[in-house]
Amino acid sequence: MKLNQLKEILQAKVLTNHLSIDIEINNIIASDLMSDVLNTKNPAELLLTGLSNNQAVRTCEIAGIKAIIFVRGKTPDEETIKLAESCKIPLLSCNLSMFETCGLLYSYGLKNPDSKYGTRNNPSGRI
Amino acid sequence: MEQETILQEEFEIKGGDFLNGGAASCQIKNILKKIGVDANILRRVAIASYEAEMNVVMYAKKGIMRLVLTPQKIIIKVDDEGPGIPDIELAMQPGYSTATPEMREMGFGAGMGLPNIKKNADIFNINSTVNKGTYLEIMVDLNNKNE
Repeated sequence: MKLNQLKEILQAKVLTNHLSIDIEINNIIASDLMSDVLNTKNPAELLLTGLSNNQAVRTCEIAGIKAIIFVRGKTPDEETIKLAESCKIPLLSCNLSMFETCGLLYSYGLKNPDSKYGTRNNPSGRI
Repeated sequence: MEQETILQEEFEIKGGDFLNGGAASCQIKNILKKIGVDANILRRVAIASYEAEMNVVMYAKKGIMRLVLTPQKIIIKVDDEGPGIPDIELAMQPGYSTATPEMREMGFGAGMGLPNIKKNADIFNINSTVNKGTYLEIMVDLNNKNE
């Protein structure tokens, strides 16, 4: 699924300028703890977090995560947005809780990078 | 026999500088990406280096991070001036942490940093002297693409 489709599903707004959100997203990590984000075996493509500081952006740059959606209406400061623009990591913000955001995106078939449980449409995880 | 060094870079890290914390590791990642290091190896080096850098930012006064590249391996050396670690075995246990609320607000300090460095490294060495500082050496083998 494309990031711009996720934006519509979550009614999120885009915070960064001049960055494309035509990005393919299949794996998502959701956490406020950056050490958890850095601890996945397989790389995630999107971070869902309520942590709206520059370390969220740095963590994504390090872990190769392509974009961030902040939950609970969190918005980072200007410096963090500029850092994300320089790292080419689009930032979005939605007003849903972490639980609702995860639930909605799971229902659309998105999954955790290390998931053993597959997706809603394919619960066994078998291909 | 010591292997030939292809590249060596040095970065200064300031203790308490959360704004720039991680910048050195991002530079290291970009340098290694440009020379075409395998994506999985690149990710492991970047994660280990970032965790080590954030430890300096969180706990030490200052530190130096060195990147050394040879034809066989990538080595990250982190040398800090700080409080040191009294009990390394304890600090290596997942979940053990002496982090302050400020560190936790930044998304760190859950006691996962050192174990995560070890997990991503092929060889990990740590030495520490209380009230002096800590020295880390992280080696990632360029031929080990499976981990």
